[in-house]
Amino acid sequence: MKTTTLMKGAAIGALLAAGALVAPAQAQDSIYVANNAYRTGPFAGSGTPIGDGMRDYMAMLNARDGGIGGVKIVFEECETGYDTKKSIECYEQAKSKNTVIYSPWSTGATLAAIPRAHIDKIPILSMAYGLSASADGNAFPWVFIPPLTYWDGASIMVRHMAAELGGMDKLKGKKLGLIHLDAPYGKEPIPVLEALAKKYGFELKLYPVAAADMQNQGSLWLSIRRDRPDYLYNQGWGAMNPTAVKEAIKNNFPIAKLVGVWWAGGDDDARAGGPEAKGYKSLNFNAAGANFPVIQDIIKHVVDKGGSLAPKEKVGENLYNRGVYNSMLVAEAIRNAQIVSGKKVVTGEDVRRGLETLNITEARLKELGMEGFANPVKIACGDHSGHNKAYVAEWDGTKWTKKGDWMEPLKDEVRPLIEAAAKDYAEKNTGWPKRAEACEKSS
Amino acid sequence: MFYREAGQFKSTYTADMAVFPILQDRIGIAVILLLAFVGVPLIGNDFFTTTVMIPFLVFSLAAIGLNILTGYTGLVSLGTAAFMGVGAYSCYKMTTWWPDMNIIVLILVSGLFSAAIGVFFGLPSLRIKGFYLAVATLAAQFFLQWAFVRVPWLFNYNASGAIEVPLRTVFGVPITGATASPETRYFVCLCLVVVLTWLASNIVHGRIGRSWMAVRDMDIAAELMGIKLLNAKLLAFAVSSFYCGVAGAMMIFLWYGGGEAADVFNIRLSFNVLFMVIIGGLGSLIGSFFGAMFIAGLPTILKFGLPAIGIPLAGATAEHITFMLVGALIIFFLIVEPHGLARLWQIAKQKLRTWPFPY
Repeated sequence: MKTTTLMKGAAIGALLAAGALVAPAQAQDSIYVANNAYRTGPFAGSGTPIGDGMRDYMAMLNARDGGIGGVKIVFEECETGYDTKKSIECYEQAKSKNTVIYSPWSTGATLAAIPRAHIDKIPILSMAYGLSASADGNAFPWVFIPPLTYWDGASIMVRHMAAELGGMDKLKGKKLGLIHLDAPYGKEPIPVLEALAKKYGFELKLYPVAAADMQNQGSLWLSIRRDRPDYLYNQGWGAMNPTAVKEAIKNNFPIAKLVGVWWAGGDDDARAGGPEAKGYKSLNFNAAGANFPVIQDIIKHVVDKGGSLAPKEKVGENLYNRGVYNSMLVAEAIRNAQIVSGKKVVTGEDVRRGLETLNITEARLKELGMEGFANPVKIACGDHSGHNKAYVAEWDGTKWTKKGDWMEPLKDEVRPLIEAAAKDYAEKNTGWPKRAEACEKSS
Repeated sequence: MFYREAGQFKSTYTADMAVFPILQDRIGIAVILLLAFVGVPLIGNDFFTTTVMIPFLVFSLAAIGLNILTGYTGLVSLGTAAFMGVGAYSCYKMTTWWPDMNIIVLILVSGLFSAAIGVFFGLPSLRIKGFYLAVATLAAQFFLQWAFVRVPWLFNYNASGAIEVPLRTVFGVPITGATASPETRYFVCLCLVVVLTWLASNIVHGRIGRSWMAVRDMDIAAELMGIKLLNAKLLAFAVSSFYCGVAGAMMIFLWYGGGEAADVFNIRLSFNVLFMVIIGGLGSLIGSFFGAMFIAGLPTILKFGLPAIGIPLAGATAEHITFMLVGALIIFFLIVEPHGLARLWQIAKQKLRTWPFPY
């Protein structure tokens, strides 16, 4: 027995020592990018395609262009399992390796990282998730939430409803139901929808789904049948989305009137409803499909050479492409940082400046092979989201298609709420610093 | 050869009843404390301190809390995470009420709120035993976690439902908030854990601890001997919840630094702490530390340590390997010694006494 104990002890001791030695190992001629992913845990179904997309785009840049601006990108994925504790470990690892940017990939991880960003000098990129208030760049100089926030998304939902009904004045007396996860993420759109309901005279009905009941929405749909809302907006996540689609079909709710937020737009979410799910909608800011030069390049340089973790038929799915979109934002931020700072090997501080002056135009998208894949994105010093456009996508039974035009959020309604929330955040966190970082001239 | 008590005579009853009766043990504990207070801050970097040591200390305290209830009093609880949550939320409320109060005092006081809630949910333990009690404490877990999401007053009506940890200083040194250095937070954790462990050791070795163990071994016999079950059981719930509450407050204020707290204190955390107690050793304080290191520290060390010593594992693969290794180790240790790592430690010490000439 004793020898076993001693051996175990020695092994654990050696590992302890190794753990203490997770040292900065950054070569001078490369840029280190830490990236969270969740290929394990309850949300692995959505996390895996997103992670594949992010990884493959960076691998493609390294293979095709030799990195960004001639500098190789060292892209390291850290597994979080969508768990806040593990995300914090990943953040610490990213920090110790001097990452130039951090993508938290969960609301919990974003909220935990926000207070540290300005101290560790690591810009946070929470792409259309996280804290909506962080769109206020004056209060959160280190946090970025492009291309739009959940509040923008909710306002686009209202615009979509109005467009189908034939004008904003037709909203009066209508009923909009919000199915949402009963957690901070799900409750995000409520303040905006309440404000808009008051202004335009429609009624807002809330249908909360507890995290434990994601796959058990029977009673909730009974109330939906009773209330008969004209439209339903689904701020759901994980197993909740396919269940909502299935329940809508079962309860004879017109599926075309059910619209999900962009995280409810996975291929598997819609596929669960079978052929009757045709017509299910979700908001989106990237196109699905493989018919874009950028995706073809990924297939050519990465997938066909066996460098991808994704099976070839999954390349080009909606969530895969969203991963590509996220990595594109990271890469463009680094490229822009190289221009702004004049350095090849940029630091976190440079990338923050790069993000703040980010302006991806139509012409630039074409250069990237992303014409029609995404809409132009512009971030400014005070506006860290850009409140960019999104569109309504429709499930045609086998794949996501673009249904409506790119729509702008109701920025005039959303912006004051964001500024108020940012002020509130700074007040509650005593010692929250005033913005010390100067704005770039070009922004 | 080195670990032998020959020649150490005790001339008083007090010396005979000491927690560490052997000189070598006392030297050992002094070395461990010296390592913890001086060695870790000197050798460890920020990454090691924040991702291994602070979680280890927080979970050790939570495991001690549950061990008092389950290991010493024999009452199984699945509400540990909820009681930790009560500590975290009450600490948050108190920092908003009294911004000038010493944060370390607040962390300790938040344990009292947790103790009160713990006593309330411990009431069924007078009638229900064993597995049935475990199910009854599940009520605490579900109800409190529901309250953490649904009662906006608890998180000061924050739009994201998150706890925001403000900057608090003690003697000018930031203890909580983003500017607090990992070393400071580690020191505060360490001091709290050392003091509370010392306190727990005194409680379980004294009259109260003996009455708890009597209740655990056979409650009817304990009652016949004159132990009031009501007092003993509820006191166990109170003390246990106090420790869990302090651990919860430490978790959010000194480790996480704020965030989506309702989601943190979920049933999985309750189970994890229970596993720490079982694998570490029921009814053993040192076992709580072993268990915390095994369940909370080992996965992190494996996940980041294996790639660091040159084994090429990336992202999800490291996670999968960690799951498999830890799972295999749990089975291994439970087969080798069902009484936990603490018992294994005791056996090792026993063997060491006769080494190198075992008989």
